Amino acid sequence: MSATAAEPWIGRPLKRKEDPRLIMGRARYIDDINAVGQLWAAFVRSPEAHARIASIDTSEAKAFPGVHAVFTGNDLDLEAPLPMAWVPPGVEVKNPPHWSLAKDEVHHVGDPVALVIGSDRYAVVDAAQLVSVEYDPLPVVVDLEKAYEGGDLVHADLGTNQCHEWSLGGGDLDAGFAAADVVVERRIVNHRTAGAAIEPRGVLADYRAGSLTLTSSTQVPHFLRLFLALQLGISEDRIRAIAPEVGGGFGSKLQIYGEEIALAWASRKLERPIKWVESRTEGMLATHHGRDQIAYTKIGATRDGKITAYHTKILQDLGAYLMLLTPTIPSLGAFVMSGVYDIPAVQTDIVGVFTNKMPTDAIRGAGRPEATHQIELMIDQLADELGMDRLELRRKNFMRPESFPHETAIGVVYDSGDYPKALDTLLELADLDAIKAAAPAGKLRGIGYSTYTEICGLAPSRVTGPSGFGLQTGLWESAMVRVHITGAVTVYTGTSPHGQGLETTMAQIVAQRLGCDPQNVEVIHGDTGTGPQGLGTYGSRSTAVGGESVARATAKIVDKARQIVAHQLEAAVDDVELSGDKFSVKGSPDKGMTIGEISMAAYIPENLPEGMEPGLEELAFYDPENFVFPFGAHGCVVEVDPDTGNVDVVKYAAVDDCGPAINPKIIDGQVHGGIVHAIGQALFERIHYDDEGQLVTSNFADYALPSAADVPSFDLDRTETPSPVNSLGVKGIGEAGTIAASPAITNAVLDALRPLGVTFINMPLGPQRVWEAIQEAKA
Amino acid sequence: MIPAEFDYVAPASLDDALKALADGGEDAKVLAGGHSLIPLMKLRMAAPSLIVDLRQLGELKAVSEDNGTIRLGALVTHHTVATGGFGLVSAAAATIADQQVRNMGTIGGTLAHGDPASDMPAVLLAYEGSVLIRGSGGEREVAAADLFEDFLTTAVGEGEILTEVRFPKLDGYGYGYEKFNRRQEDWAMVAVSALVKKGADGTAEDVRIGLTHMGSVPLRATAAEDALRGKPLNAESIAAAAELAAEGTEPPADLNASQDYKRHLARVLTRRALTTAAS
Ligand SMILES: Cc1cc2nc3c(=O)[nH]c(=O)nc-3n(C[C@H](O)[C@H](O)[C@H](O)COP(=O)(O)OP(=O)(O)OC[C@H]3O[C@@H](n4cnc5c(N)ncnc54)[C@H](O)[C@@H]3O)c2cc1C
Repeated sequence: MSATAAEPWIGRPLKRKEDPRLIMGRARYIDDINAVGQLWAAFVRSPEAHARIASIDTSEAKAFPGVHAVFTGNDLDLEAPLPMAWVPPGVEVKNPPHWSLAKDEVHHVGDPVALVIGSDRYAVVDAAQLVSVEYDPLPVVVDLEKAYEGGDLVHADLGTNQCHEWSLGGGDLDAGFAAADVVVERRIVNHRTAGAAIEPRGVLADYRAGSLTLTSSTQVPHFLRLFLALQLGISEDRIRAIAPEVGGGFGSKLQIYGEEIALAWASRKLERPIKWVESRTEGMLATHHGRDQIAYTKIGATRDGKITAYHTKILQDLGAYLMLLTPTIPSLGAFVMSGVYDIPAVQTDIVGVFTNKMPTDAIRGAGRPEATHQIELMIDQLADELGMDRLELRRKNFMRPESFPHETAIGVVYDSGDYPKALDTLLELADLDAIKAAAPAGKLRGIGYSTYTEICGLAPSRVTGPSGFGLQTGLWESAMVRVHITGAVTVYTGTSPHGQGLETTMAQIVAQRLGCDPQNVEVIHGDTGTGPQGLGTYGSRSTAVGGESVARATAKIVDKARQIVAHQLEAAVDDVELSGDKFSVKGSPDKGMTIGEISMAAYIPENLPEGMEPGLEELAFYDPENFVFPFGAHGCVVEVDPDTGNVDVVKYAAVDDCGPAINPKIIDGQVHGGIVHAIGQALFERIHYDDEGQLVTSNFADYALPSAADVPSFDLDRTETPSPVNSLGVKGIGEAGTIAASPAITNAVLDALRPLGVTFINMPLGPQRVWEAIQEAKA
Repeated sequence: MIPAEFDYVAPASLDDALKALADGGEDAKVLAGGHSLIPLMKLRMAAPSLIVDLRQLGELKAVSEDNGTIRLGALVTHHTVATGGFGLVSAAAATIADQQVRNMGTIGGTLAHGDPASDMPAVLLAYEGSVLIRGSGGEREVAAADLFEDFLTTAVGEGEILTEVRFPKLDGYGYGYEKFNRRQEDWAMVAVSALVKKGADGTAEDVRIGLTHMGSVPLRATAAEDALRGKPLNAESIAAAAELAAEGTEPPADLNASQDYKRHLARVLTRRALTTAAS
């Protein structure tokens, strides 16, 4: 196969290159990887939500057959506590020490207190039960609003449960509200969820001869190497971090976990490879959670529906400690607080609050689903208040297509967008009104919309870096493209795909530019020991930033290739262009060389231009100038059984715009998964701690992930508005569905319940909550 | 998710299985489909020292019918029951979890286990069926009403094996099964089994209502049954009877369903199940 102008590689719905090995069980996940002489680890975890560790007796566990060592918090002589990467200039962020193993106090159920290492996977789990820990219970802080107000403290020495305050605003808020005829205020709860990747976390630490190889089911191998160096005092060049096949992460593996550090430490101590794979229960207890915020929102508008001001105060439940990005998450939402609307005054005030729960951090969308949920609910609430059609109100306030690049009131510059077009496309895609009207007897149907944008493609380093937003890193990406002598291509990317199909997407980018078959473009990732530097996969950055760096490295290859062709065919460089599978001279398409012929010439350098180095291999670093802002319009119909409160999603239609589609099939897959993720949160999923701080939802019977049987099939369409930020024009799509869908579902439930007098409701919309809302409205 | 250490045998005959159980003492456990026992072992909520796997006992896989009684061997899977054409029994079995679970889980296992959230116990109760139980002391037949003693506690004693399940065919009865859960594959928040025999004059000659997950054991909604029995079958009489469905129940509450909500669900589902059964 070759690309022709009529049939380019970019834009084709190719099946994913990675799928055969994934589907046939040939992939190698951490559980499949073992080292010779390997020991196993098990963690002893606190059953208490908050307690002082009075004593730990490890003698019985140490004596258990097969056990080599048992370590507790004070044994681990690490250089520093676990990292937190956000130091916003001028903002105090209280960061209590967080160690791989708790030292004196435990702060949430599942906090690790001891590490058991032995020769047998089963023995260490048995021995862990023999570690006897005496706890002196301390007061437990669970409720976010109570924690914010004070009272019992999670960290007594901080003197407060409030971690930090952070604000972002622009425009004259007072004037905006003064100009409003109508002001609506709501308390919007976005409950706690889990990433629940299908593959649990796992680590294999192998320290030998002064070097550490750490294999981990992670999204961020390069960050991991850096922090292993800082924590263990090992020079970075002596550390290799590998993310093997990773079975999903959704942000939960964008983390530096204590288990990774503790295993590396213990491997160095015992000079043996050590492996640990978490159980699902451990995963629910001790893999970071997401969301968990309460927003007090206030929106003002004139009678004719022009929004004049929008203010949100957010309480973010941080959990017990700050992990890599814990306090940062709500701030990511603040960048797009006003959504797709042109609002002259916008202000977000965030307070981070500690509780005795597992820390929260990035989960798919990270702050942006919360922001979108808030503004999209508020738009519907406002429309009700104004007695205005919900779509008319949206259209009235959309940023105009001709206003892009559009600077919002808070100074964020949206790159490109056409919101009316996305909404029009949605309305053509599905006749939601007809589906609503076809409600069976006794059932109530409602329509919900969400017109959204999000900010992704993390990130322009000068905006997000230390002196800007305060992240202690750059967020560029790099790629290396190597054309082999046969014309086969290997691409090394610093991003670390974990199931999103990036091997195919990146191969298509390269194939398009080199005129080769993407099947012959191998994409290597997730290993600090091979290929270039990189910063991992998250924030829908892997194509918009990682893919662009691949495109740029490929462009350098193309430059060199054209020079070689011009030299060999005695033509001007400017006249050489790719046509089909050949770089040929303009006007004589038969006269040309394939990339294989060019690379042959490059590696057998008998006839290269004067002074040209042999070989065909290029490296590119790319730091984006701006974020990218995907957008779209989602609409759905739900059916409520008013007798039971049950909610069924009858129809879900979505139009998403992530710029020109590289692989539409992969994009659809990402949108499908994203929508299900958000339907999961809206209707089913919920991490719940009881008043004692015990996790009630610690397995998949109680933490209710939806399956295919619980959701409809989706109607999808796209608009394609290129981003001016990168040469591909692309924006992210991995998080978009999740960001868009929860307000569409919630608004639809409210639309269905409106005839019964229910005006507002918070997720999760389980049947009992919906039924109770109906009862309250009746009373 | 690693269970505690255990020994394992898969005897070739029922007698050998009973002997293995007797020798294994109080910590020996029978394994059928494993879809309740193995999760409990992985969570270390059960830690049997010996597993006696019944998989080789072909005699416990038979399905037969005699004299108006359906006889199902203990190892008959939910899938076989669901596709067997046994009226309400099949309708209920078809709602158990998903196809994978139905391929593994057994009717004997679910009845011996006695989880009040499971589907089959209340169905057996409504049918007034029975089970055969074998022990070293011989075989006994236990009526459904005597089988379920408490949460996860049944009349199947230590060292005993449930061998057969018996349902009367109940020709002439209409049935309805209403199961309410959050997701397709979930256990019932509440489920209602209804069996109604309509007399020639249109009145309810007999009414049986089984309640799932409305107590620590499966229950009959006797007040509702009594209210409808002998009455003309119409929307009003059914609604009136259904209002009594939760009478006297103390359903276990959880994160997703309070006692009040479950009682409400029992009333709604009873009305629906009776309506289907009477139509
Ligand atoms: C994800 C999931 C969802 C489920 N959803 C549902 C649902 O919606 N509805 C529902 O009803 N069930 C559900 N189940 C449970 C399933 O139906 C089980 O198969 C059933 O409860 C137990 O049957 P089993 O054959 O697997 O028994 P096992 O797990 O093998 O055994 C269960 C218990 O019974 C004992 N036992 C088993 N057989 C015998 C015997 N013949 N004699 C004496 N003792 C015996 C065992 O010792 C053990 O204590 C679900 C299970 C899973 C994993």
